[in-house]
Amino acid sequence: MTRSRRRELVALLLVLMLAWLVVYPLGIVLSEAVRGPAGWTLEAVRRFAREGNEWGALRGSLVLSVASVLGAGLLGVPLGVLTARVSFPGRRVVAMLLGLPAVLPPLVGVIAFLFLYGETGFVSRLVQYLLGLPESPWRLDGGFAVLLVHVATMYVYFYLFTRASLAGLDPSLTEAAASLGASRWRTFRRVTLPLLRPALAGASLLVFMTSLASFSAPYVFGGSFRVMTTQITATKLNGDNPLAMVETAALLVLALGALALFRRTEGVAVAVGARKGLAPAPVRVKSGAARLGAAGLGWGLALLLTLPLATLVLVSFVPRGSWTTEALPPVYTLGNYRALLADPVRLKPILTSFWMASAAMAAAIGLAVAVALLVRRRVRVSGALEGLLGLPWAVPGTVFAIALATTFSVHAPAMGRFVLVGTVWILPLAYLVRNLPIVGRSVLAGFRQLDPALEEAAASLGAKKGRVLRRITLPLVKPALAAGAALAFVTGFGDFVTSIMLYTYDTRPVSIEILASLRQADLGQAAAFGVVLMVLSSAVFFLAGEERGPGG
Amino acid sequence: MPTPFLSIHALTKRFGSVTAVDGVSLDVPQGDLLALLGPSGSGKTTALRLLAGFETPDQGRILVDGAEVTGLAPAARRFGMVFQHYALFPHLDVGGNVGFGLESRRLPAAERARRIREALELVELGGLERRPVGALSGGQQQRVALARALAPEPRVLLLDEPLSNLDPGLRERTRRELRALIHRIGITTILVTHEQEEAFDLADHVALLQAGRLMQVGTPEELYGMPENRFVAGFIGRASVVPVTVASLEGSVARVRMAGTTTTWDVAYPAGSGSTAARGAGGLAKEGETTGLLLYVRPEAVRLVEPSDEVLSGAVVERRYLGGAALYTVRVAEPGSNGPGGPAFIEVLGEPAAARVGDRVGVVPRTAGAGLHLFPADEA
Repeated sequence: MTRSRRRELVALLLVLMLAWLVVYPLGIVLSEAVRGPAGWTLEAVRRFAREGNEWGALRGSLVLSVASVLGAGLLGVPLGVLTARVSFPGRRVVAMLLGLPAVLPPLVGVIAFLFLYGETGFVSRLVQYLLGLPESPWRLDGGFAVLLVHVATMYVYFYLFTRASLAGLDPSLTEAAASLGASRWRTFRRVTLPLLRPALAGASLLVFMTSLASFSAPYVFGGSFRVMTTQITATKLNGDNPLAMVETAALLVLALGALALFRRTEGVAVAVGARKGLAPAPVRVKSGAARLGAAGLGWGLALLLTLPLATLVLVSFVPRGSWTTEALPPVYTLGNYRALLADPVRLKPILTSFWMASAAMAAAIGLAVAVALLVRRRVRVSGALEGLLGLPWAVPGTVFAIALATTFSVHAPAMGRFVLVGTVWILPLAYLVRNLPIVGRSVLAGFRQLDPALEEAAASLGAKKGRVLRRITLPLVKPALAAGAALAFVTGFGDFVTSIMLYTYDTRPVSIEILASLRQADLGQAAAFGVVLMVLSSAVFFLAGEERGPGG
Repeated sequence: MPTPFLSIHALTKRFGSVTAVDGVSLDVPQGDLLALLGPSGSGKTTALRLLAGFETPDQGRILVDGAEVTGLAPAARRFGMVFQHYALFPHLDVGGNVGFGLESRRLPAAERARRIREALELVELGGLERRPVGALSGGQQQRVALARALAPEPRVLLLDEPLSNLDPGLRERTRRELRALIHRIGITTILVTHEQEEAFDLADHVALLQAGRLMQVGTPEELYGMPENRFVAGFIGRASVVPVTVASLEGSVARVRMAGTTTTWDVAYPAGSGSTAARGAGGLAKEGETTGLLLYVRPEAVRLVEPSDEVLSGAVVERRYLGGAALYTVRVAEPGSNGPGGPAFIEVLGEPAAARVGDRVGVVPRTAGAGLHLFPADEA
């Protein structure tokens, strides 16, 4: 009995620690929102309620998120069905290309878009050149621009979920419908689509939450179009701390409310994963015209959606100041990459991001494995452990950044508060909190799939606990650990949303350096940083495989 | 039985409000193969997991060779186990799996390799050490699981439905090989199965469980020939159940009348055996005539004769052809004819051409007593 009591005690300590990391800072924000220097006050709340700007930002966040879900769904679902069910030349390549945005840090997608469709991007220069216009034909600016970026990057959730769900579908269901006389379209509408519903609900939730938390796109393209995340950042930079607290609390409530609503109406399990199964063979299109059409549509959209990334690569070879009015850059060199390696000031952000993302990843894996082991032994606080691990998923990165900045800028050890803001530890801590749900989901799923009989077999063969863990458990959950670790690393390495609030000059991560390069109009350097992020992220990701959670 | 090697005393395990194993006691002599038989949910798998140490009993003790192992961790028990789905480690090859139990022994590498080779040769898989376990057939996986369990030379071998994952043709052959192997090694073995045929074929003794309780333990012959209660009589082998009343008792023979008929049969019961059958008959002796009894009739204990007023007669309602014989279902009593409220049927094993569906036939016992078992109806 003492062994199980010790286990319960460890579990309880872990609950307290996770609560300190995840819940406590949020509680501090909520309480700061209704506190002033002279005690409790609703002064800031009243200011928030009176300001038209604030309501505008709230509305902007909501409308943008709903529109992103619709747009991403309308683009992603057909692409998923097309690449999973219709055979055309190059289907596999198209399918892979379309999945690419899933592994990119949001900021990279945003600047790639900027280089292609922005005011001085390739497409606008081309149009200007072709039509002989005196200036750029458009400004990529405002709510519509943000929506465009969202749809062009977030369709990937609908796309991947649709494909995974179609792959897991029992082919005999559609065969049964066909044998009952249903046409292909009727089979899709009455059988396939209803069966896709859970996946679509899951993707909707993911896009909605990602969009609500989205910061990079509104920050770069929003202009006067404000959403809550950019509003919070602006207020914070203006030094209006009390109002920033209220705004943060409002966004938090909005996010949690949306999640609760989704769960109520759709019964969505947050962990909608790919189910393995025998995929039915893609439909052979007989008509040559239809085949050509399918190929054209697939290839066309794949290229359109991956063109920004190609642009990014191209721009990264352009030296500073060499590209002024020409439609295409006249000079290409490796100078930007050389500078990354040769200039210590440029190399440092990459190394900094690397160690901070690695440390956060390792800590998250450690915590997630501890939780998974305890949950498997059915400790009494299992529900609390899983809940705490998953909670940051629903909380926008901006909210956590503000919460951590507020909590860890005060020295009150008795209250569990330390001054970490301004030290090298605040960013790894922020990355860690944001990693918890990503790693937790992957690790818990891995442990859940592990047949307990394997560990029992090892124990019955005389292996003690440590050896069972080392020789059987960990090797078998290694793929899940690797997938979780890759996701965590990529998220931390490319993080922008929390970094912009919490970085110091010494801990400048890559994303902040990209922003600085853009500000100095050094597009090539920004692109080179972006490419490094892109390549490292996809390398890590493809080494480990599998899907990802929502980004900032 | 000779002195027990493995002893289980009043073992009890509850999961919430469900008592999965309820006061089970068993003694298993060294080298014996005992089958835990029962329907699903009878507690046989829980009993095996209690033996292996994966579950802790709420009450009771487990002793091996006189020493208590109840509180020992699975790793310390030196029991080998073959899991239902084998639980082969997918990331280790055949040799890695079989050698796993030897790792903690700090054996020299050569010695370990020798033991792995021997264990694999035992199951006729010699030379497959470097094969990935995923590349094995179901039958081979089963044998690797067996070799892995045997390699550390356990004191007791536990088998959890070891043949249930094999297809029927392979199952029979594997069963033969398994029996031969276990007898050759002479290891004390506990086998869990829900298939009577498997238990009878493999085991020296069978323990029949129902709802966590031990119903009867004995040789297969004892369980079939002398069932101690209705559950055993009904679970082991085929039996038709006919409501009867006792007309008279003479020595160890009861004369019973089928409900709804005037026919009587003589049924022997094992006097003084302590079984519920005997207790039921003992009750009869006092009261002269007892109602509410059930007669269990084995199909091979009765035969078909010409119908008449003197013998139990009825129409054949079903005939199942079995090859060398046929199984006839005879409706021996009609509903409402002062019977139990429904028709009564008796299955009779006979010559393949003895009767056709719709024929009127008579049914009589072959030899008085054998294959006829009498139980009180209100007994659980």
